[in-house]
Amino acid sequence: MIAVTFSALFGHWRRNPLQLFTLLAGLALATALWSGVQAINAEARASYDAAAATLGEGQFDRLVRRDGQPISQDTYIALRRSGWLVSPVIEGRVGDARLIGLDPLTAPGDLAPKTLQGAGGLQDFIAMGGQIIGAPDVTLEGAQTDAAIAPGTAIADIGTVQKLLGRPDEFDALIVGSVQPLGQMALEKIAPDLTRQVAQGGSDIARLTDSFHLNLTAFGLLSFAVGIFIVHGAIGLAFEQRRGTVRTLRALGVPLRLLVCLIGIELLGLALIAGAIGVGLGYVIAGFLLPDVAATLRGLYGADVSGTLQLRPIWWATGMAIALGGTGIASSAALWKLSRMPLLAGAQPRALGVIAGRGAKVQAVASAGLLFVAFVLVLTADGIVTGFALLGALLIGAALALPIVLRGVLGFAAKRANGVVANWFWADTRQQLPGLSLALMALLLAMAANVGVSTMVSSFRLTFVAFLDQRLASELYVTADTSEQATAVIDFVTPRVDVVLPIMSTQVMIANRPTDVFGARDHATYRDNWTFLTAGQSPWADVHARQAILINEQLARAADLAVGDVVIVGEQPLTIAGIYGDYGNPIGQAIIAEPLFQALFPEVLALRFGLRLPREDVGELVADLQSKIGLPTSNTINQAGIKAYSLAIFDRTFTVTTALNVLTLSVAGFAILMSLLTLTAMRVPQLAPAWAMGLTRAELGRLELIRTVMLAVLTGAIALPLGLALAWVLLAVVNVAAFGWRLPMYLFPWEYAQLGGFAILAAALAALWPAIRLARTPPADLLKVFSNER
Amino acid sequence: MLLAARDVHKTYDTADGPFAVLRGVDLSLEGGQSLALTGESGSGKSTLLHLIGGLDVPDRGQIAIGGADIAAMDDAGRAALRRGTVGVVFQQFNLIPSLTVAANIAFQARLADQYDAAWVDALTDRLGLTSQVAKYPEQLSGGQQQRVAIARTLAPRPRLVLADEPTGNLDEDTAASVMDVLLSLVAETGAGLLMVTHSTALAARLDSRLHLRAGRIA
Repeated sequence: MIAVTFSALFGHWRRNPLQLFTLLAGLALATALWSGVQAINAEARASYDAAAATLGEGQFDRLVRRDGQPISQDTYIALRRSGWLVSPVIEGRVGDARLIGLDPLTAPGDLAPKTLQGAGGLQDFIAMGGQIIGAPDVTLEGAQTDAAIAPGTAIADIGTVQKLLGRPDEFDALIVGSVQPLGQMALEKIAPDLTRQVAQGGSDIARLTDSFHLNLTAFGLLSFAVGIFIVHGAIGLAFEQRRGTVRTLRALGVPLRLLVCLIGIELLGLALIAGAIGVGLGYVIAGFLLPDVAATLRGLYGADVSGTLQLRPIWWATGMAIALGGTGIASSAALWKLSRMPLLAGAQPRALGVIAGRGAKVQAVASAGLLFVAFVLVLTADGIVTGFALLGALLIGAALALPIVLRGVLGFAAKRANGVVANWFWADTRQQLPGLSLALMALLLAMAANVGVSTMVSSFRLTFVAFLDQRLASELYVTADTSEQATAVIDFVTPRVDVVLPIMSTQVMIANRPTDVFGARDHATYRDNWTFLTAGQSPWADVHARQAILINEQLARAADLAVGDVVIVGEQPLTIAGIYGDYGNPIGQAIIAEPLFQALFPEVLALRFGLRLPREDVGELVADLQSKIGLPTSNTINQAGIKAYSLAIFDRTFTVTTALNVLTLSVAGFAILMSLLTLTAMRVPQLAPAWAMGLTRAELGRLELIRTVMLAVLTGAIALPLGLALAWVLLAVVNVAAFGWRLPMYLFPWEYAQLGGFAILAAALAALWPAIRLARTPPADLLKVFSNER
Repeated sequence: MLLAARDVHKTYDTADGPFAVLRGVDLSLEGGQSLALTGESGSGKSTLLHLIGGLDVPDRGQIAIGGADIAAMDDAGRAALRRGTVGVVFQQFNLIPSLTVAANIAFQARLADQYDAAWVDALTDRLGLTSQVAKYPEQLSGGQQQRVAIARTLAPRPRLVLADEPTGNLDEDTAASVMDVLLSLVAETGAGLLMVTHSTALAARLDSRLHLRAGRIA
């Protein structure tokens, strides 16, 4: 019984291959976009994890010299003898590789490369003297490969690295093990020149880049939602068209439970096939986009991400899970209806208008409810979960409202129409709405997602460029390796530049939060370029009067601080005079006057300097610093070069988002195409009377095309405010909750116009084929409508 | 007694309130006999047929087929009854559009696990469908589709055949030809036949006739 029933049910797809293709393609495309984005995220995160595992970044506290100088071997020995469980680290560059030396005998367990965990690995690492283990992309001679090491990085025993770098008996930092003996001597008594940098509770790099990945994930999810609309439409249509078969099967004695089970199994099988295709396609999309994402992350955040893709079981699994879950969501309503369908229910597919009529009230109530929830959440949302709930309520509420709004607009147009054809056109369009509404909802979500994400990325770009202008106001930045070299540089450049601005910082606790404090010189560079989110009357004057402090947005939000509040820095009470944006920084930051900084932290010496000089003199000064002071060009940073580089990086970011935009809109275009193709057959009985009364087939085809484009335009008009609302939620709610800083929102009308143009083009292309098919419908097929033979 | 219905009642909820379609119907039928059920539109003929076929359940009364009371059966029991004991020929044919003619004819017999290839071949031949077996229902005329429906119904050799206006969608000649073959095949299988029809001419060709009026046997 099972086999014969299954054959009857599955035969539907054999007889309707287009519908099967729609279902499989919709689900595969949705899964592809989702799993492609997840593949990129997984790849990037694996790289961060490798970096964290190699360096212990963010996992362990570190001891460093306050003045930035290397730590001596004697200090290290003194600490170990006093019971401090610390492990030395040294770092430098050999060729293109970042070479890290560590001591595998004292390093915390998680830091040892996996290669060392095998039998004899540790012995070889130390005993062979010179054994280097590098990431697959490192080309150091004789280096052994380990995929768990961060891209571009190699590690070796600390003695080997000291030799290679020519820095014997020196360390850059000491990693503090997470477990320390009780009663150890205070750090200040053993090594007063060292300071302890607190771990940030996760990789800094990962936290910095989380914003980017969150955006990508949100995009992937929205794309998936668009795909699910297609699948929902395809499944719903298939169920409607099989009502007769289901009734007949039940009349012939097939139990309802068996039917529901078989349809469930059928959908499961289809979801597995589509999921596998989707994950494969996602791999292709990720492979195409990953080099640009890697460049973006490397350029923006200094995060090394491998530009090549590996097959990771986790995103295969999540891709398949999302395909199955999506099918479950898309089919649950249809399966529920089937399980409740009376045996003697109408066998013919119900007119879509009838279904829509019954569901319209429910839909209107659900839409109003969701939009009300969104409104309440706008006023109250303060976390990631509520932020995403707000996004969901807003998008789904708006999508459900779309057919209702369109129906109203079309009804209004029908009343205002002049002429019999125009009257028929508007009335017929209104009748078509239920059949097209799912595809139009998909288009709405796709366009809103594109407007939202474009606004967010472009706002990010504008803000970041302005931020660079603020932070990179000096024409040239130089970094000295030692305090002696710093003195030599200052002496050399002072007569040739307008001003030397030292950049000195140390980490302290402000309002119980680890904060990098900078000392700023009293100069117009800061007054002219620095912009504040909120500030008092004269923030810089107050700072340089040693009475005030400036803090970044992250610290203000995390510690709930505002302008006028007082904080303590090294026992000195200071009033907050201003709060500034500090995009991408995961921790607190503060600025005080240079003299106050020197008084509070006399041991901290400046090794970095910003130099103000005429732009045309920068090249000559860099050359002279190299030839006369011996400062490598790698220690100088040309501000114009950084900005150009940053903009180039942003352009690559746009490559990623543009590609995703095009893909999502293509999916929505595909939804329209499939809906129209499916409806074409049903359209014949509706168009035949108009044809019989004098409209030519070509005119009918043309009107079909115009109808689709007009619906796309109306949908686009609704998508624009929805997309802007989406951007606002992402920038003002989700980003703040996730990262502690808020991006200002800008509008980009030209981008929206381009997007609208592309969406209309996608809709027109989707409508073209069905319109041509309709225009070429043989008269015999139209005549059949008037025949009662069948 | 193959079929015995006693005091069968059925009421539907409508927009204007409850509507009693059947108000205490009694009828009986022996195996090998045929009975025509006639009546005006809305008199309850199709409802009675659906109840006897286990497609719906009466509100009150008994319907026994081969001594088993349908009203006392659960969903699965009624489904089993429809699979093997009762065959229904619908006015709208109700063929499965995704299956070929051959698969449609064999369908119910396979479902009931009573497939007999020789008998199915014979039915196909007798109904003049041999050249159509590879086609799909939509490729057939109305008369041909009803022949397929008859073949499908008779393939598992049901004890009771129910026919709901089986020729209602066919022209006069085709209807006559379909009826000829239906009656002859039912007679061959020894099944009982209960047919709902508007046509007095068709009703006259059966062994007996009952007329329904306002939910009661007139």
